[in-house]
Amino acid sequence: MVKEIERTGIPVVHMCTVVPISLTVGANRIVPTVAIPHPLGDPSLDLEEEKALRRKLVEKALDALSTEVEEQTVFED
Amino acid sequence: MGKIKVVHYINQFFAGVGGEEKADFEPEVREEVVGPGMALNAGFKGEAEIVATVICGDSYFGENMEEAKARILDMVKEYNPDLFIAGPAFNAGRYGVACGTITEAVQNELGIPAITGMYVENPGADMFKKDVYIISTRDSAAGMRDAIGKMAPLALKVAKGEEIGSPDEEGYIPRGIRKNFFTDKRGSQRAVEMLLKKIRGEEFETEFEMPDFDRVEPGKAIEDMSKATIAIVTSGGIVPAGNPDHIESSSASKYGKYDIDGVDDLVEGEWETAHGGHDPVYANLDADRVIPVDTLRQLEKEGKIGKLHRYYYSTVGNGTAVASAKAFASEFSKELVEDGVDAVILTST
Repeated sequence: MVKEIERTGIPVVHMCTVVPISLTVGANRIVPTVAIPHPLGDPSLDLEEEKALRRKLVEKALDALSTEVEEQTVFED
Repeated sequence: MGKIKVVHYINQFFAGVGGEEKADFEPEVREEVVGPGMALNAGFKGEAEIVATVICGDSYFGENMEEAKARILDMVKEYNPDLFIAGPAFNAGRYGVACGTITEAVQNELGIPAITGMYVENPGADMFKKDVYIISTRDSAAGMRDAIGKMAPLALKVAKGEEIGSPDEEGYIPRGIRKNFFTDKRGSQRAVEMLLKKIRGEEFETEFEMPDFDRVEPGKAIEDMSKATIAIVTSGGIVPAGNPDHIESSSASKYGKYDIDGVDDLVEGEWETAHGGHDPVYANLDADRVIPVDTLRQLEKEGKIGKLHRYYYSTVGNGTAVASAKAFASEFSKELVEDGVDAVILTST
């Protein structure tokens, strides 16, 4: 799906936990996430901490979308 | 020589440990034949035997790849086997990636002959087909007998260092290796014959498959995020409660388009996941953990992004055919363009 969307020219950031799969699939902007069943959350945190964690990840995704890339790029910390 | 000693790798499901609720099961070794190992052992016809089975949960492996790999390599090393077999993983994505990763590591780091098996669309196949022999299996465990019937003979050949035939003969996924051999017809003649077959619309077999490099140019970066419309797309199967479009929990045949106008937070009971490939508990309690509607709404209010697009698109990425996913996205991408969406956040579980 990442590729089909990006084929139209719309930039896509793929947020996922198993980065090697995303690289194989061909995502160009990749933000690694927390865990497979809860990529953008962590049930072991309290609600406020969890929201802060999610915000950090989403901001990283927005940064990735604002960054020009030439090739597949994983946006680590 | 005596019997070939085999270590077998399987996931928590095939070991009978449990389903998705046990997917974080840490690596464990058992000195016995477990699950599909029984059929493999029978397939060896007395030439080899499984001395130990390593079991690991799929999510544990996927989320801790380096650590899982190191621990499993230590376990395998302990038995000093003559052969290592992982799977078969069919179309289970995390399992296939685990099988490929560990098969490659056993072969290349421990120097022990190793093979695995999975469906050709399993992401593990593309990742590792160049490195290791992967028997091409069907997409579900209904193909177990067929898979074992090909894996056992190839495994024995690999262990004994015998010559391995072509992908067609042995049943493995082509590795892109060229092999020179003598033939009675020269190249020009073969080429003309192939061309004539093609013109007549007959089946012909290429002698050199071109690699399929399907890469897409990265989209242009967003210059002013505060004016951008951001849309959410997910393969995590988030749907309104009750799954109104009946998106299948695996091998999805459709996607859904859902209105989140005025929704600030995906609350329990109103939103859930249709995904059947991982434990759904966390997403059902708070679907924002899969698609961050609450955060994006907040960023919209603060003016950090222009707008959160009114609709999000969702399907279940669990054994779903690549062709289906491609068709879904090519259809809804047209709408994204028409609706003036500037960028997409795509989340996967």
